[in-house]
Amino acid sequence: MKTKLEELFVRTRAENRAALIAYLPAGFPSQSLCESAISILADAGIDAIEIGFPYSDPVMDGPTIQRAAEMALKGGTGAKEVFTSVKYAHEANLPTVVMTYWNPIERYGVDAFAQELAKNGGSGVITPDLTIEESDGWINATRNSDVNSIFVVAPSTTNERLQKVTQKCSGFVYAASLMGVTGARASVSSGAQDLVARIRKLSDLPVAVGLGVSTRAQAREVAKFADGVIVGSAFIKVLLDASTAEEGRDNLTGLARDLVAGVREADRTGVSTLK
Amino acid sequence: MNETGHFGPFGGRFVPEALIGALEELAAAHSAAIIDPDFQAELQRLHETYTGRPSIITEVPRFAEHAGGARIILKREDLNHTGSHKINNVLGQALLTKRMGKKRIIAETGAGQHGVAAATAAALFGLECVVYMGEEDTRRQALNVARMKLLGAQVVPVKTGSRTLKDAINEAMRDWVTNVDTTHYMLGTVAGPHPFPTMVRDFHKVIGEEARSQVQALTGRLPHAVLACIGGGSNAIGIFHAFIGDSDVRLIGFEAAGDGIETGRHAATITGGTIGVLHGTRSYVLQDENGQTVESHSISAGLDYPGVGPEHAYLHSIGRAEYRAITDAQAMEAFALLCKTEGIIPAIETAHALAGAIDLGRELGSDAILLLNLSGRGDKDVATAADYFKIEL
Repeated sequence: MKTKLEELFVRTRAENRAALIAYLPAGFPSQSLCESAISILADAGIDAIEIGFPYSDPVMDGPTIQRAAEMALKGGTGAKEVFTSVKYAHEANLPTVVMTYWNPIERYGVDAFAQELAKNGGSGVITPDLTIEESDGWINATRNSDVNSIFVVAPSTTNERLQKVTQKCSGFVYAASLMGVTGARASVSSGAQDLVARIRKLSDLPVAVGLGVSTRAQAREVAKFADGVIVGSAFIKVLLDASTAEEGRDNLTGLARDLVAGVREADRTGVSTLK
Repeated sequence: MNETGHFGPFGGRFVPEALIGALEELAAAHSAAIIDPDFQAELQRLHETYTGRPSIITEVPRFAEHAGGARIILKREDLNHTGSHKINNVLGQALLTKRMGKKRIIAETGAGQHGVAAATAAALFGLECVVYMGEEDTRRQALNVARMKLLGAQVVPVKTGSRTLKDAINEAMRDWVTNVDTTHYMLGTVAGPHPFPTMVRDFHKVIGEEARSQVQALTGRLPHAVLACIGGGSNAIGIFHAFIGDSDVRLIGFEAAGDGIETGRHAATITGGTIGVLHGTRSYVLQDENGQTVESHSISAGLDYPGVGPEHAYLHSIGRAEYRAITDAQAMEAFALLCKTEGIIPAIETAHALAGAIDLGRELGSDAILLLNLSGRGDKDVATAADYFKIEL
């Protein structure tokens, strides 16, 4: 049985376009405002959402997501709130995945986490600090619960290792566009396109690119060669910078519509042969 | 330890894929170096002509009168250049940095001892050095900040999270992910992803190797117990390692109980924590029900860390080593006692092991021989001690 996430990529490949995937931490800015933000993003036409599990020691995240995670943790966000947000997004008809550092999963219980995710309509989990060497129990758990296990690869990942990591992936492969932490950048690293090309040679899985994408032009650029464009910090920054809730809603809608348009206007001649 | 860096169920690698290349490179450099006579000769030369190794042992009978009359022998790592055992590790890692062709090192520091040692090694080898230090710690340890700057290092105050050691490690890891091609992360303890726990242990195991033969020469036998304080656990594993095969020798680590385990304000990770993953390795962690790291508390900045090295978790799980907890008050009492009975001002970290020796000596009686790693000197702690004992400055 295909997850909602896998169905999405079948559809977007048929439409010959990239999917726009948004990231928001659960409980940010608050649990109820997070749900409003999910609705806004769904209405603006994003294709899928990643719900972040806020963590005390986010070593892969830049200042924007760190700040959002701190706010969410101060508000008491934990596993329960993460699954509540997953359910909410699923009911808003968005394919939904959780993005989390490994320790919260281990603490919750590896099998229990996968089961609870499936129960709430989640499609998969992105685990940025789980190496494949440590992943056997997790792979079994995700297979037993019919959810996707999504690993992150980087420009420095060798082809030999890409082969091993992509074999453990399902749903999509998360390609980090650059060597560094999350956050908006002036331009998207050229490393992204090279990395996607290397993955294509080894795997038929959809490839989504994250890190540093914040504008319509960047989304269009990445959508030329990737199956998915992931945007996180830019959405969070809009919410952090807004002086009123209304301003936050308007700017979030504006950015989401821009990015949705961006992925649809990309010239896809280079990837039209994909299954 | 196996080749993936596991100690039983502990250790391993929990890091972003972006760091795998650098960790593999480091593991390969370390594996090659430990069997390379040229590397060993160079390290030996630095030990003898720069650090001041072998460090001496000192028997402390006046202190031991308060410990049931047991014989207490101190391994004097406090007499090393820079004032603690930390120099052993940084010189080894600096040599590896040079071998890997990297020109920049980054380091985290809590109390500032590892930061000072890293800055020292960087100066000696002509490497650029950036030290991440929690903003809270830069205030508590202003003297060490000045030392690092004098040595030419850049000190970056970390203003995220609890603004202490764990946040300094987070920030160092972010720097490393970004600059991994040019930069070596000179981690200061036996924690972190493989190969750090093994590599840092290998650079510190000289402590126990020297002490084992020194104690035999002095007493004609092996000690009944080997004692050390434990934060991340580098000085403890350094002195324990040579004795692991000596099943009659007890190995005892003393964690920081802060205000008391029952108060929740402590840094006793093995005594009061649970199994989890922090900073790239699986070990004991202070965490809540959601897997969020809980802040640790100790009067000693060097023990104030909510994790512990995976090899200690393993030695605990198989019953080879024992771990006990010592409160701030017990540590400070032992600190004062060593000053007044022996004329040695120890680091407050080390004072936790001294307090443990007082209790253990009383338990075992006057026939016992205790070897204790005096891991650092207390100059850096004079302000804290003066404040604690209400000494007018």
